[in-house]
Amino acid sequence: MEVLFHNVRELVALAESENKQISEIMIEQEMLITERTREEIMTQMTRNLTVMEEAVERGLKGVHSVTGLTGGDAVLLQKYIATGKSLAGDLLLDAVSKAVATNEVNAAMGTICATPTAGSAGVVPGTLFAVKNKLNPTKEQMIRYLFTSGAFGFVVANNASISGAAGGCQAEVGSAAAMAAAAIVEMAGGTPQQSAHAFSISLKNMLGLVCDPVAGLVEVPCVKRNAMGAANAIVAADMALAGVTSRIPTDEVIDAMYRIGRTMPSALRETGQGGLAATPTGRALEAKIFGGAVLQSE
Amino acid sequence: MKYTSVFDIIGPVMIGPSSSHTAGAARIGRVARDLFGGQPKWAKIHLYGSFAETYKGHGTDVAIIGGLLDYDTFDERIKTAFADAEKANLTYEFIPETAHTEHPNTARLVIGDDETEMSMVGISIGGGSIEIIELNGFPLRLSGGMPAILVVHDDRAGCIAAVANCLAGYNINIGHMEVSRKERGNMALMVIEVDQNIDKSILDEMSTLPNITKVTRIKN
Repeated sequence: MEVLFHNVRELVALAESENKQISEIMIEQEMLITERTREEIMTQMTRNLTVMEEAVERGLKGVHSVTGLTGGDAVLLQKYIATGKSLAGDLLLDAVSKAVATNEVNAAMGTICATPTAGSAGVVPGTLFAVKNKLNPTKEQMIRYLFTSGAFGFVVANNASISGAAGGCQAEVGSAAAMAAAAIVEMAGGTPQQSAHAFSISLKNMLGLVCDPVAGLVEVPCVKRNAMGAANAIVAADMALAGVTSRIPTDEVIDAMYRIGRTMPSALRETGQGGLAATPTGRALEAKIFGGAVLQSE
Repeated sequence: MKYTSVFDIIGPVMIGPSSSHTAGAARIGRVARDLFGGQPKWAKIHLYGSFAETYKGHGTDVAIIGGLLDYDTFDERIKTAFADAEKANLTYEFIPETAHTEHPNTARLVIGDDETEMSMVGISIGGGSIEIIELNGFPLRLSGGMPAILVVHDDRAGCIAAVANCLAGYNINIGHMEVSRKERGNMALMVIEVDQNIDKSILDEMSTLPNITKVTRIKN
Protein backbone atom coordinates (compact mmCIF):
# COMPACT_ATOMS: atom_id res chain seq x y z
CA MET A 1 0.00 0.00 0.00
CA GLU A 2 1.26 3.42 -0.93
CA VAL A 3 1.36 6.00 1.85
CA LEU A 4 2.69 9.54 1.94
CA PHE A 5 4.67 9.06 5.16
CA HIS A 6 5.97 6.14 7.20
CA ASN A 7 7.46 8.13 10.05
CA VAL A 8 7.52 11.60 11.55
CA ARG A 9 10.68 12.59 9.66
CA GLU A 10 8.91 11.99 6.33
CA LEU A 11 5.74 13.66 7.58
CA VAL A 12 7.53 16.86 8.59
CA ALA A 13 9.72 16.88 5.46
CA LEU A 14 6.65 16.58 3.24
CA ALA A 15 4.78 19.34 5.08
CA GLU A 16 7.82 21.63 4.83
CA SER A 17 8.62 20.94 1.18
CA GLU A 18 5.02 21.43 0.08
CA ASN A 19 4.45 24.27 2.52
CA LYS A 20 1.42 22.54 4.01
CA GLN A 21 0.15 21.87 7.49
CA ILE A 22 0.47 18.37 8.94
CA SER A 23 -3.32 18.12 9.05
CA GLU A 24 -3.38 18.70 5.29
CA ILE A 25 -0.89 15.87 4.65
CA MET A 26 -3.06 13.56 6.77
CA ILE A 27 -6.21 14.52 4.85
CA GLU A 28 -4.42 13.96 1.52
CA GLN A 29 -3.15 10.56 2.64
CA GLU A 30 -6.65 9.55 3.75
CA MET A 31 -8.00 10.56 0.34
CA LEU A 32 -5.25 8.53 -1.34
CA ILE A 33 -5.71 5.38 0.73
CA THR A 34 -9.49 5.25 1.02
CA GLU A 35 -10.25 6.82 -2.38
CA ARG A 36 -12.89 8.96 -0.73
CA THR A 37 -13.47 12.65 -1.37
CA ARG A 38 -12.19 15.39 0.90
CA GLU A 39 -15.78 16.23 1.73
CA GLU A 40 -16.61 12.69 2.87
CA ILE A 41 -13.52 12.57 5.06
CA MET A 42 -14.17 15.99 6.59
CA THR A 43 -17.79 15.01 7.27
CA GLN A 44 -16.74 11.87 9.12
CA MET A 45 -14.24 13.79 11.25
CA THR A 46 -16.87 16.43 11.99
CA ARG A 47 -19.09 13.66 13.36
CA ASN A 48 -16.25 12.48 15.60
CA LEU A 49 -15.74 16.05 16.82
CA THR A 50 -19.44 16.25 17.70
CA VAL A 51 -19.22 12.99 19.69
CA MET A 52 -16.24 14.42 21.59
CA GLU A 53 -18.03 17.66 22.34
CA GLU A 54 -21.12 15.84 23.59
CA ALA A 55 -19.01 13.58 25.82
CA VAL A 56 -17.26 16.59 27.38
CA GLU A 57 -20.59 18.34 27.98
CA ARG A 58 -22.07 15.22 29.52
CA GLY A 59 -19.07 14.70 31.79
CA LEU A 60 -19.08 18.32 32.94
CA LYS A 61 -22.67 17.85 34.13
CA GLY A 62 -21.45 14.95 36.27
CA VAL A 63 -21.51 11.22 35.60
CA HIS A 64 -20.60 8.21 37.74
CA SER A 65 -19.53 4.72 36.74
CA VAL A 66 -21.50 1.65 37.79
CA THR A 67 -18.76 0.68 40.28
CA GLY A 68 -18.66 4.16 41.80
CA LEU A 69 -14.85 4.20 41.46
CA THR A 70 -14.91 7.25 39.19
CA GLY A 71 -17.13 10.20 38.42
CA GLY A 72 -17.83 13.73 39.52
CA ASP A 73 -14.25 15.01 39.42
CA ALA A 74 -14.79 17.09 36.27
CA VAL A 75 -17.53 18.97 38.15
CA LEU A 76 -15.24 19.55 41.14
CA LEU A 77 -12.54 20.95 38.89
CA GLN A 78 -14.90 23.33 37.08
CA LYS A 79 -16.20 24.63 40.40
CA TYR A 80 -12.63 25.16 41.58
CA ILE A 81 -11.69 27.02 38.39
CA ALA A 82 -14.69 29.29 38.94
CA THR A 83 -13.31 30.37 42.33
CA GLY A 84 -10.38 31.99 40.52
CA LYS A 85 -7.89 30.33 42.85
CA SER A 86 -6.32 27.92 40.36
CA LEU A 87 -2.54 27.79 40.74
CA ALA A 88 -1.85 26.03 37.44
CA GLY A 89 -3.93 28.51 35.45
CA ASP A 90 -7.46 28.35 34.12
CA LEU A 91 -6.63 27.03 30.63
CA LEU A 92 -4.52 24.15 31.94
CA LEU A 93 -7.07 23.15 34.52
CA ASP A 94 -9.91 23.53 32.03
CA ALA A 95 -8.13 21.01 29.77
CA VAL A 96 -7.65 18.70 32.74
CA SER A 97 -11.33 18.89 33.69
CA LYS A 98 -12.50 18.24 30.13
CA ALA A 99 -10.15 15.28 29.76
CA VAL A 100 -11.51 13.92 33.04
CA ALA A 101 -15.07 14.59 31.86
CA THR A 102 -14.55 12.48 28.74
CA ASN A 103 -13.02 9.57 30.62
CA GLU A 104 -15.70 9.66 33.28
CA VAL A 105 -18.26 9.26 30.49
CA ASN A 106 -16.17 6.42 29.05
CA ALA A 107 -15.98 4.65 32.42
CA ALA A 108 -19.76 4.95 32.69
CA MET A 109 -20.07 3.07 29.36
CA GLY A 110 -21.14 6.24 27.61
CA THR A 111 -20.45 7.14 23.98
CA ILE A 112 -16.97 8.50 23.22
CA CYS A 113 -14.56 8.69 20.31
CA ALA A 114 -11.37 6.65 20.84
CA THR A 115 -8.30 8.93 20.48
CA PRO A 116 -6.27 6.79 19.97
CA THR A 117 -7.98 4.44 22.44
CA ALA A 118 -10.98 4.64 24.76
CA GLY A 119 -8.84 4.54 27.88
CA SER A 120 -6.93 7.57 26.61
CA ALA A 121 -9.90 9.28 24.95
CA GLY A 122 -9.84 12.34 27.22
CA VAL A 123 -6.56 13.98 26.29
CA VAL A 124 -7.15 15.08 22.69
CA PRO A 125 -10.67 16.51 23.19
CA GLY A 126 -9.84 17.84 26.66
CA THR A 127 -6.98 19.95 25.34
CA LEU A 128 -8.89 20.92 22.19
CA PHE A 129 -11.91 22.33 23.98
CA ALA A 130 -9.71 24.21 26.48
CA VAL A 131 -7.25 25.67 23.96
CA LYS A 132 -10.26 26.65 21.84
CA ASN A 133 -11.20 29.34 24.36
CA LYS A 134 -7.81 31.00 23.99
CA LEU A 135 -7.15 30.58 20.26
CA ASN A 136 -10.72 30.99 18.96
CA PRO A 137 -10.26 28.53 16.08
CA THR A 138 -12.70 28.11 13.21
CA LYS A 139 -14.67 24.87 13.02
CA GLU A 140 -12.30 23.72 10.26
CA GLN A 141 -9.27 24.39 12.46
CA MET A 142 -10.84 22.27 15.19
CA ILE A 143 -11.35 19.43 12.73
CA ARG A 144 -7.76 19.89 11.53
CA TYR A 145 -6.63 19.52 15.14
CA LEU A 146 -7.95 15.96 14.99
CA PHE A 147 -6.18 15.22 11.70
CA THR A 148 -2.87 16.50 13.09
CA SER A 149 -3.35 14.32 16.18
CA GLY A 150 -4.25 11.46 13.88
CA ALA A 151 -1.17 11.88 11.68
CA PHE A 152 1.19 11.45 14.64
CA GLY A 153 -0.96 8.68 16.12
CA PHE A 154 -0.88 6.89 12.77
CA VAL A 155 2.91 6.75 12.91
CA VAL A 156 2.92 5.53 16.53
CA ALA A 157 0.27 2.86 15.86
CA ASN A 158 2.17 1.47 12.87
CA ASN A 159 5.74 1.80 14.15
CA ALA A 160 5.14 1.09 17.85
CA SER A 161 1.81 0.46 19.56
CA ILE A 162 -1.28 2.21 20.90
CA SER A 163 -2.35 -0.77 22.99
CA GLY A 164 -1.96 -0.83 26.77
CA ALA A 165 -2.00 -4.62 26.67
CA ALA A 166 0.94 -4.55 24.26
CA GLY A 167 2.89 -1.46 25.36
CA GLY A 168 1.57 -0.17 28.69
CA CYS A 169 -0.05 3.20 29.39
CA GLN A 170 2.81 5.02 27.66
CA ALA A 171 1.32 3.62 24.43
CA GLU A 172 -2.14 4.94 25.26
CA VAL A 173 -2.12 8.12 27.37
CA GLY A 174 1.51 8.69 26.35
CA SER A 175 0.60 8.60 22.66
CA ALA A 176 -2.53 10.68 23.25
CA ALA A 177 -0.63 13.41 25.11
CA ALA A 178 2.07 13.59 22.44
CA MET A 179 -0.53 13.65 19.64
CA ALA A 180 -2.38 16.49 21.39
CA ALA A 181 0.84 18.44 21.97
CA ALA A 182 1.60 18.33 18.25
CA ALA A 183 -1.94 19.42 17.36
CA ILE A 184 -1.91 22.33 19.83
CA VAL A 185 1.27 23.62 18.20
CA GLU A 186 -0.31 23.60 14.75
CA MET A 187 -3.45 25.33 16.00
CA ALA A 188 -1.33 27.97 17.75
CA GLY A 189 0.49 28.71 14.50
CA GLY A 190 3.68 26.72 15.10
CA THR A 191 5.64 24.94 12.37
CA PRO A 192 5.44 21.22 11.51
CA GLN A 193 8.90 20.80 13.03
CA GLN A 194 7.71 22.46 16.25
CA SER A 195 4.78 20.04 16.30
CA ALA A 196 7.27 17.17 16.11
CA HIS A 197 9.33 18.65 18.95
CA ALA A 198 6.22 19.08 21.10
CA PHE A 199 5.31 15.47 20.37
CA SER A 200 8.77 14.26 21.41
CA ILE A 201 8.92 16.37 24.57
CA SER A 202 5.52 15.07 25.62
CA LEU A 203 6.14 11.39 24.88
CA LYS A 204 9.60 11.43 26.48
CA ASN A 205 7.90 12.30 29.73
CA MET A 206 5.44 9.44 29.44
CA LEU A 207 8.01 6.71 28.69
CA GLY A 208 7.78 3.74 30.99
CA LEU A 209 4.27 4.50 32.18
CA VAL A 210 2.66 1.17 33.02
CA CYS A 211 -0.92 0.00 32.50
CA ASP A 212 -2.12 -1.18 35.92
CA PRO A 213 -5.88 -0.67 36.12
CA VAL A 214 -7.50 -1.55 39.44
CA ALA A 215 -9.81 -4.56 39.00
CA GLY A 216 -8.97 -4.40 35.30
CA LEU A 217 -11.38 -1.49 34.93
CA VAL A 218 -10.70 1.61 32.81
CA GLU A 219 -11.21 3.82 35.85
CA VAL A 220 -8.39 3.92 38.42
CA PRO A 221 -5.89 5.33 37.55
CA CYS A 222 -6.94 5.85 33.92
CA VAL A 223 -9.13 8.91 34.46
CA LYS A 224 -6.43 10.81 36.33
CA ARG A 225 -3.77 9.71 33.86
CA ASN A 226 -5.83 11.43 31.18
CA ALA A 227 -5.86 14.54 33.38
CA MET A 228 -2.09 14.57 33.56
CA GLY A 229 -1.78 13.65 29.90
CA ALA A 230 -3.72 16.81 29.05
CA ALA A 231 -1.51 18.93 31.31
CA ASN A 232 1.62 17.34 29.84
CA ALA A 233 0.42 18.07 26.29
CA ILE A 234 -0.18 21.75 26.92
CA VAL A 235 3.15 22.28 28.66
CA ALA A 236 5.02 20.37 25.92
CA ALA A 237 3.29 22.48 23.27
CA ASP A 238 4.24 25.69 25.08
CA MET A 239 7.86 24.52 25.35
CA ALA A 240 8.06 23.78 21.62
CA LEU A 241 6.40 27.09 20.75
CA ALA A 242 8.97 28.81 22.96
CA GLY A 243 11.67 27.29 20.76
CA VAL A 244 12.72 24.39 22.98
CA THR A 245 13.73 21.39 20.87
CA SER A 246 14.00 17.67 21.57
CA ARG A 247 17.56 16.35 21.37
CA ILE A 248 16.26 12.89 20.49
CA PRO A 249 14.47 12.81 17.11
CA THR A 250 10.76 11.97 17.26
CA ASP A 251 11.01 8.63 15.47
CA GLU A 252 13.70 7.48 17.88
CA VAL A 253 11.50 8.47 20.83
CA ILE A 254 8.66 6.41 19.31
CA ASP A 255 11.05 3.49 18.83
CA ALA A 256 12.22 3.80 22.44
CA MET A 257 8.61 3.67 23.57
CA TYR A 258 8.08 0.52 21.51
CA ARG A 259 11.17 -1.17 22.94
CA ILE A 260 10.24 -0.24 26.51
CA GLY A 261 6.79 -1.76 25.91
CA ARG A 262 8.35 -4.97 24.62
CA THR A 263 10.37 -5.38 27.81
CA MET A 264 7.52 -4.48 30.14
CA PRO A 265 6.32 -7.47 32.18
CA SER A 266 2.83 -8.77 31.46
CA ALA A 267 1.69 -7.81 34.99
CA LEU A 268 2.09 -4.16 33.97
CA ARG A 269 0.31 -4.42 30.62
CA GLU A 270 -3.42 -4.23 31.29
CA THR A 271 -3.78 -7.52 33.14
CA GLY A 272 -4.79 -5.88 36.43
CA GLN A 273 -2.09 -7.89 38.22
CA GLY A 274 0.68 -5.41 39.00
CA GLY A 275 1.31 -1.81 39.98
CA LEU A 276 -1.63 0.04 41.52
CA ALA A 277 -3.94 -2.91 40.79
CA ALA A 278 -1.80 -5.07 43.10
CA THR A 279 -1.76 -2.63 46.04
CA PRO A 280 -3.74 -3.68 49.15
CA THR A 281 -6.39 -1.07 48.36
CA GLY A 282 -6.45 -2.01 44.69
CA ARG A 283 -7.02 -5.64 45.64
CA ALA A 284 -9.67 -4.72 48.21
CA LEU A 285 -11.57 -2.67 45.62
CA GLU A 286 -11.34 -5.55 43.18
CA ALA A 287 -12.74 -7.99 45.75
CA LYS A 288 -15.52 -5.58 46.61
CA ILE A 289 -16.53 -5.12 42.98
CA PHE A 290 -16.25 -8.67 41.69
CA GLY A 291 -16.50 -10.69 44.89
CA GLY A 292 -14.37 -13.83 45.10
CA ALA A 293 -14.65 -14.85 41.45
CA VAL A 294 -11.87 -12.68 40.08
CA LEU A 295 -9.52 -13.33 42.97
CA GLN A 296 -9.86 -17.09 42.47
CA SER A 297 -8.92 -16.84 38.82
CA GLU A 298 -5.51 -15.42 39.62
CA MET B 1 0.75 -1.47 7.74
CA LYS B 2 -1.48 -2.49 10.63
CA TYR B 3 -3.39 0.79 10.65
CA THR B 4 -4.40 2.32 7.34
CA SER B 5 -6.86 5.10 8.11
CA VAL B 6 -6.78 8.22 10.29
CA PHE B 7 -10.12 6.98 11.63
CA ASP B 8 -8.35 3.96 13.11
CA ILE B 9 -6.61 6.53 15.32
CA ILE B 10 -9.30 9.20 15.77
CA GLY B 11 -12.10 6.69 16.20
CA PRO B 12 -14.04 4.55 16.43
CA VAL B 13 -17.03 6.23 18.00
CA MET B 14 -17.93 3.67 20.60
CA ILE B 15 -19.53 2.71 23.88
CA GLY B 16 -16.89 2.70 26.64
CA PRO B 17 -14.87 1.72 28.45
CA SER B 18 -12.08 0.11 26.36
CA SER B 19 -11.30 0.38 22.66
CA SER B 20 -9.46 -2.94 22.57
CA HIS B 21 -11.57 -4.82 25.12
CA THR B 22 -15.00 -3.39 24.26
CA ALA B 23 -15.03 -1.93 20.71
CA GLY B 24 -12.47 -4.43 19.36
CA ALA B 25 -14.35 -7.27 21.05
CA ALA B 26 -17.63 -6.16 19.47
CA ARG B 27 -15.92 -6.08 16.08
CA ILE B 28 -14.51 -9.59 16.55
CA GLY B 29 -18.02 -10.85 17.37
CA ARG B 30 -19.52 -9.05 14.39
CA VAL B 31 -16.95 -10.39 11.93
CA ALA B 32 -17.60 -13.90 13.28
CA ARG B 33 -21.31 -13.40 12.59
CA ASP B 34 -20.54 -12.19 9.06
CA LEU B 35 -18.27 -15.15 8.36
CA PHE B 36 -20.82 -17.57 9.78
CA GLY B 37 -23.37 -16.03 7.45
CA GLY B 38 -25.88 -15.00 10.10
CA GLN B 39 -26.67 -15.35 13.74
CA PRO B 40 -25.43 -18.54 15.43
CA LYS B 41 -27.52 -20.42 17.97
CA TRP B 42 -24.69 -21.09 20.35
CA ALA B 43 -21.25 -19.66 21.07
CA LYS B 44 -18.28 -20.88 23.10
CA ILE B 45 -15.89 -18.01 23.62
CA HIS B 46 -12.36 -18.71 24.81
CA LEU B 47 -10.50 -15.67 26.12
CA TYR B 48 -6.73 -15.35 26.48
CA GLY B 49 -4.24 -12.96 28.08
CA SER B 50 -5.56 -9.56 29.09
CA PHE B 51 -8.98 -10.52 27.68
CA ALA B 52 -9.12 -13.44 30.12
CA GLU B 53 -7.96 -11.37 33.08
CA THR B 54 -10.13 -8.29 32.65
CA TYR B 55 -13.10 -9.20 30.46
CA LYS B 56 -15.75 -8.59 33.10
CA GLY B 57 -14.61 -5.08 33.97
CA HIS B 58 -14.24 -4.04 30.35
CA GLY B 59 -17.55 -5.45 29.16
CA THR B 60 -15.63 -7.66 26.71
CA ASP B 61 -18.24 -10.38 27.20
CA VAL B 62 -21.29 -8.22 26.46
CA ALA B 63 -19.42 -6.61 23.55
CA ILE B 64 -18.62 -9.96 21.87
CA ILE B 65 -22.21 -11.09 22.29
CA GLY B 66 -23.36 -7.70 20.98
CA GLY B 67 -21.16 -8.24 17.93
CA LEU B 68 -22.67 -11.68 17.38
CA LEU B 69 -26.05 -9.89 17.41
CA ASP B 70 -24.73 -7.52 14.69
CA TYR B 71 -24.30 -4.48 16.96
CA ASP B 72 -21.70 -1.91 15.89
CA THR B 73 -19.14 -0.39 18.33
CA PHE B 74 -21.37 2.63 19.04
CA ASP B 75 -24.63 0.69 19.46
CA GLU B 76 -26.11 1.43 22.89
CA ARG B 77 -27.70 -2.03 22.84
CA ILE B 78 -24.26 -3.52 23.64
CA LYS B 79 -25.12 -2.83 27.28
CA THR B 80 -28.16 -5.15 27.13
CA ALA B 81 -26.59 -7.75 24.83
CA PHE B 82 -26.93 -10.62 27.32
CA ALA B 83 -30.69 -10.10 27.69
CA ASP B 84 -31.00 -9.54 23.94
CA ALA B 85 -29.15 -12.81 23.26
CA GLU B 86 -31.66 -14.70 25.33
CA LYS B 87 -34.51 -13.18 23.33
CA ALA B 88 -32.67 -14.03 20.09
CA ASN B 89 -32.16 -17.66 21.21
CA LEU B 90 -28.39 -17.38 21.35
CA THR B 91 -26.79 -19.37 24.17
CA TYR B 92 -23.21 -18.60 25.10
CA GLU B 93 -20.40 -19.58 27.42
CA PHE B 94 -17.21 -17.69 28.29
CA ILE B 95 -14.09 -19.68 29.05
CA PRO B 96 -11.09 -17.75 30.39
CA GLU B 97 -7.91 -19.60 29.37
CA THR B 98 -4.48 -19.51 30.95
CA ALA B 99 -2.53 -20.58 27.83
CA HIS B 100 -0.05 -18.04 26.51
CA THR B 101 -0.85 -16.51 23.14
CA GLU B 102 1.28 -14.43 20.79
CA HIS B 103 -1.00 -11.40 21.24
CA PRO B 104 -2.27 -10.41 24.71
CA ASN B 105 -5.85 -9.78 23.58
CA THR B 106 -6.92 -12.96 21.85
CA ALA B 107 -10.35 -14.59 21.57
CA ARG B 108 -11.30 -17.91 19.98
CA LEU B 109 -14.96 -18.01 19.02
CA VAL B 110 -16.52 -21.38 18.33
CA ILE B 111 -20.02 -20.70 17.08
CA GLY B 112 -22.68 -22.76 15.39
CA ASP B 113 -26.31 -23.72 14.84
CA ASP B 114 -28.03 -27.08 14.38
CA GLU B 115 -26.27 -27.81 11.09
CA THR B 116 -22.84 -26.26 11.06
CA GLU B 117 -20.12 -24.82 13.26
CA MET B 118 -17.19 -22.46 12.81
CA SER B 119 -14.05 -21.64 14.76
CA MET B 120 -12.38 -18.24 14.46
CA VAL B 121 -9.50 -16.58 16.28
CA GLY B 122 -9.48 -12.79 16.52
CA ILE B 123 -6.99 -10.42 18.13
CA SER B 124 -7.66 -6.89 19.29
CA ILE B 125 -4.52 -4.95 18.43
CA GLY B 126 -5.36 -1.58 20.00
CA GLY B 127 -7.59 1.43 19.44
CA GLY B 128 -10.50 -0.78 18.39
CA SER B 129 -8.68 -2.28 15.40
CA ILE B 130 -8.74 -6.05 15.05
CA GLU B 131 -7.26 -8.86 13.00
CA ILE B 132 -8.67 -12.29 12.30
CA ILE B 133 -5.74 -14.70 12.40
CA GLU B 134 -7.39 -18.11 12.07
CA LEU B 135 -10.56 -19.52 10.55
CA ASN B 136 -11.47 -23.21 10.92
CA GLY B 137 -7.81 -24.04 11.39
CA PHE B 138 -6.60 -21.97 8.44
CA PRO B 139 -4.10 -19.28 9.35
CA LEU B 140 -4.95 -15.93 7.76
CA ARG B 141 -4.64 -12.20 8.23
CA LEU B 142 -7.77 -10.18 7.87
CA SER B 143 -8.29 -6.69 9.25
CA GLY B 144 -12.08 -6.57 9.17
CA GLY B 145 -11.65 -2.91 8.20
CA MET B 146 -12.12 -3.61 4.50
CA PRO B 147 -14.90 -5.52 2.75
CA ALA B 148 -13.64 -9.02 2.07
CA ILE B 149 -14.65 -12.32 0.52
CA LEU B 150 -13.59 -15.66 1.97
CA VAL B 151 -13.69 -18.67 -0.29
CA VAL B 152 -13.22 -22.23 0.96
CA HIS B 153 -12.22 -24.39 -1.99
CA ASP B 154 -10.48 -27.59 -3.06
CA ASP B 155 -6.76 -27.09 -3.57
CA ARG B 156 -6.93 -27.51 -7.37
CA ALA B 157 -5.48 -25.65 -10.36
CA GLY B 158 -7.72 -22.92 -11.78
CA CYS B 159 -9.74 -22.15 -8.63
CA ILE B 160 -8.05 -18.86 -7.96
CA ALA B 161 -8.26 -17.80 -11.60
CA ALA B 162 -11.96 -18.66 -11.72
CA VAL B 163 -12.73 -16.56 -8.65
CA ALA B 164 -10.59 -13.65 -9.88
CA ASN B 165 -12.33 -13.86 -13.28
CA CYS B 166 -15.73 -13.72 -11.64
CA LEU B 167 -14.75 -10.53 -9.77
CA ALA B 168 -13.21 -9.02 -12.90
CA GLY B 169 -16.51 -9.62 -14.69
CA TYR B 170 -18.16 -7.23 -12.23
CA ASN B 171 -15.28 -4.76 -12.42
CA ILE B 172 -14.35 -5.40 -8.77
CA ASN B 173 -10.77 -4.59 -7.85
CA ILE B 174 -8.83 -6.90 -5.54
CA GLY B 175 -6.90 -4.87 -2.95
CA HIS B 176 -5.18 -7.75 -1.18
CA MET B 177 -5.34 -11.50 -1.52
CA GLU B 178 -4.02 -14.46 0.42
CA VAL B 179 -4.34 -18.17 -0.10
CA SER B 180 -3.65 -20.75 2.58
CA ARG B 181 -4.08 -24.49 2.86
CA LYS B 182 -3.64 -27.09 5.55
CA GLU B 183 -2.01 -29.63 3.26
CA ARG B 184 -1.40 -30.00 -0.47
CA GLY B 185 -4.38 -31.13 -2.54
CA ASN B 186 -6.79 -30.81 0.37
CA MET B 187 -8.92 -27.83 1.38
CA ALA B 188 -7.75 -24.28 0.90
CA LEU B 189 -8.94 -20.81 1.79
CA MET B 190 -8.81 -17.63 -0.28
CA VAL B 191 -9.06 -14.31 1.54
CA ILE B 192 -9.75 -11.45 -0.84
CA GLU B 193 -9.95 -7.86 0.36
CA VAL B 194 -11.86 -5.67 -2.07
CA ASP B 195 -12.61 -1.97 -2.38
CA GLN B 196 -16.41 -2.15 -2.15
CA ASN B 197 -19.13 -4.25 -0.55
CA ILE B 198 -20.03 -7.26 -2.67
CA ASP B 199 -23.62 -8.16 -3.64
CA LYS B 200 -24.88 -11.50 -2.41
CA SER B 201 -25.73 -12.45 -6.01
CA ILE B 202 -22.03 -12.36 -6.87
CA LEU B 203 -21.25 -14.65 -3.93
CA ASP B 204 -23.94 -17.03 -5.11
CA GLU B 205 -22.47 -17.07 -8.60
CA MET B 206 -19.02 -17.70 -7.17
CA SER B 207 -20.22 -20.61 -5.10
CA THR B 208 -21.44 -22.40 -8.27
CA LEU B 209 -17.90 -22.42 -9.72
CA PRO B 210 -16.16 -25.83 -9.79
CA ASN B 211 -14.32 -26.95 -6.63
CA ILE B 212 -15.73 -24.12 -4.51
CA THR B 213 -17.10 -25.29 -1.15
CA LYS B 214 -18.26 -22.12 0.58
CA VAL B 215 -18.22 -18.37 -0.01
CA THR B 216 -18.75 -15.79 2.73
CA ARG B 217 -18.17 -12.07 2.98
CA ILE B 218 -17.35 -9.35 5.45
CA LYS B 219 -19.19 -6.11 4.85
CA ASN B 220 -17.86 -2.74 5.82
